[in-house]
Amino acid sequence: MGESPSRSADARTGGSGVTTSHARPAGAVASAGILTGTPLPTGPEFEPGPGMGGGGALPRRRTFGAERAFRGLSVAAGTMVLVIIIAIAIFLIAKAVPALRANQVNFFTAKEWFANEGRFGIAALAFGTVLTAVIALLVAVPVALGIALYLSHYAPRRIATTLGFLIDLLAAVPSVVFGLWGREVFIDPVNDFAAWLNRYFGWIPFFDSEGPYGRSIMLGSLVLAIMVLPIITSLSREVFAQTPKANEEAALALGATKWETIRTAVLPYGRPGVVAAVMLGLGRALGETIALAMTLGATFGISFNLIGSGGNSIAANIANGFGEASDLGRGALIASGLVLFAITLVVNMTARAIIYRRREFTEVAA
Amino acid sequence: MTTTTLAPTATALRGRRLPKWAPIAIAALALALAAALVHGAGLGGWVLTLTVGALLYLTGLYAVATAVEGRRAARNRTWSALIHSAFVLAVLPLSSVIWTLVSKGAERLDGTFFGTSMNNIGPRDATGGAYHAIVGTLQQVGIAALISVPLGILAAIYIVEYGRGRFANTIRFFVDVMTGIPSIVAGLFVLAFWVLIVSPYVNDGRPGYSGFAAALALSVLMLPTVVRSTEEMLRLVPAPLREGAYALGVPKWKTILRIVLPTALPGIVTGVMLSIARAAGETAPVLLVAGGTAAINFNPFEHNQSSLALFVYSQATDSSKYAPARAWTAALTLVALVLVLTIAAKLLARRNRLGR
Repeated sequence: MGESPSRSADARTGGSGVTTSHARPAGAVASAGILTGTPLPTGPEFEPGPGMGGGGALPRRRTFGAERAFRGLSVAAGTMVLVIIIAIAIFLIAKAVPALRANQVNFFTAKEWFANEGRFGIAALAFGTVLTAVIALLVAVPVALGIALYLSHYAPRRIATTLGFLIDLLAAVPSVVFGLWGREVFIDPVNDFAAWLNRYFGWIPFFDSEGPYGRSIMLGSLVLAIMVLPIITSLSREVFAQTPKANEEAALALGATKWETIRTAVLPYGRPGVVAAVMLGLGRALGETIALAMTLGATFGISFNLIGSGGNSIAANIANGFGEASDLGRGALIASGLVLFAITLVVNMTARAIIYRRREFTEVAA
Repeated sequence: MTTTTLAPTATALRGRRLPKWAPIAIAALALALAAALVHGAGLGGWVLTLTVGALLYLTGLYAVATAVEGRRAARNRTWSALIHSAFVLAVLPLSSVIWTLVSKGAERLDGTFFGTSMNNIGPRDATGGAYHAIVGTLQQVGIAALISVPLGILAAIYIVEYGRGRFANTIRFFVDVMTGIPSIVAGLFVLAFWVLIVSPYVNDGRPGYSGFAAALALSVLMLPTVVRSTEEMLRLVPAPLREGAYALGVPKWKTILRIVLPTALPGIVTGVMLSIARAAGETAPVLLVAGGTAAINFNPFEHNQSSLALFVYSQATDSSKYAPARAWTAALTLVALVLVLTIAAKLLARRNRLGR
């Protein structure tokens, strides 16, 4: 009787050990393994031997039964995920290749985009995508980490829960709303700021533009920063809140101030999680479409000028250019989408790999 | 007796502290100095005053605290002020978004907006509404949920209950990766796969833009969210429940369907609602594969459809002077829909007895 509470406590942790224990017949349940939390050994040496448990032989496995059918259904659904990802790659390539063959300039180095006439290159678009995403992260990450630390270590508990809830809600606001807000409201203060920057800091190449200001890289990346802020905040808040209390208390007991506790105990512990959160934010920023299509100037050129009207990104160009695209133009847009897919795939896989490594680490440490 | 003997030691141990009023005094001083500096030199407006004031406050606080309390305490104070100001910095734009949504969106919040479409509405007409777009959003999201929810739950069941070894881990990893696929790529995939390659066979060789194509794209985006949330909920189902069912001789598939799924149901519903909320706000895939239209179209399998998010986008880029008001009201409707779904999902999650 005494073992059932600890079992359900173990079940709540959600580790892989919870489910592996059910694959075994009831007679072979090794409750010692469950109780200590060590994963059960899998392999031939742990197959139930004869004579464990009472009763006669188990009924023979039927070839066509509900169990088989259900299992097959679930395996098919799981495989579907892989099939979709592979299908995305295959169909994008299938549509992109004819367009790339008809292209008269180098796809990777050309800056122009006259896709319907067969001259298109991704250099300016890729540059704009990376530039806006990087600026957005430079703005958003310090602020997001500040909020995350505030919510996990500074704010009173009641305020922290309410604010955390609000931040999660903000992550759900559709990007088209942020785009509309950026285009109609945020553009005015940004214009004033751009004019001010040009007046006093025009000697820095970033801010050297006499105008028109309007829809610029600065506007696009600031809107993007506001959009990725909730994502990075909520992920890093979770990581910071998971810091072992013992580490923090040890730092405090050694006489550390609150900031020193955070610097020596919380931040090092949370670093992999923060890196992963930033990578996920980067993935979101790279793939963001509508907000950027509404706030960037849709020009084709490589320029570090942040405040002048202009800027473009791969995704925004697809949304803007789709309406006028001919068959060849659509193929060209799909080819640029393929590049975007590849970039975000790499970013996301790196982020997930970091999270997975961290998960193993915390499970061992716990 | 202890108080008298301990008192001197305690004061000796405790370093000198800044009085409570000191930060406020420094803040006032910094603000005054900033105002004098900015307005005296004519450098900018009140925004610059506040920024310079904040910087002066941080340096002043650091300097005073270093002099009185020492460098470590000063650092502690400065970082604490920085972290609090990060919070203020983020609240500003977000409250601006909400305020403009409500104030500008209220302008066209009337019966015409919800009862009519944009059919035959010219640039000079102040009327027109989003009825066709609301119909489109509901149909597309509904079909997408019908596709992705059963598929996602079954995939989660595979990962949690049946999956073993390398293959299951691979699927889990790619579900996570799939969460990060940009919505425009999902739209391009359905454009290439369904609109341009498959549907011309049933559509006399013409590309078949339709609401169903948009639903396909949305289900690609919803699937990983559904799988992840269901997977987490299934893992939370206590092991003794399953063991009890197995001990009674219930086959595994029946245990999953009758014991595990009902126990995890509230959590699964939460995840599904969150994914629906996310899908309802997607613009890019609908723009690519549904085509968009001004007329009401109840048939998701034929002809162009619109959606609320697409309606916001098309009205925002429209040149008519009445278009922005329509865009804001549609945005308000969309945010209300998404937030109601999200809040309901979170409240449901809070009541969930499995907890976290």
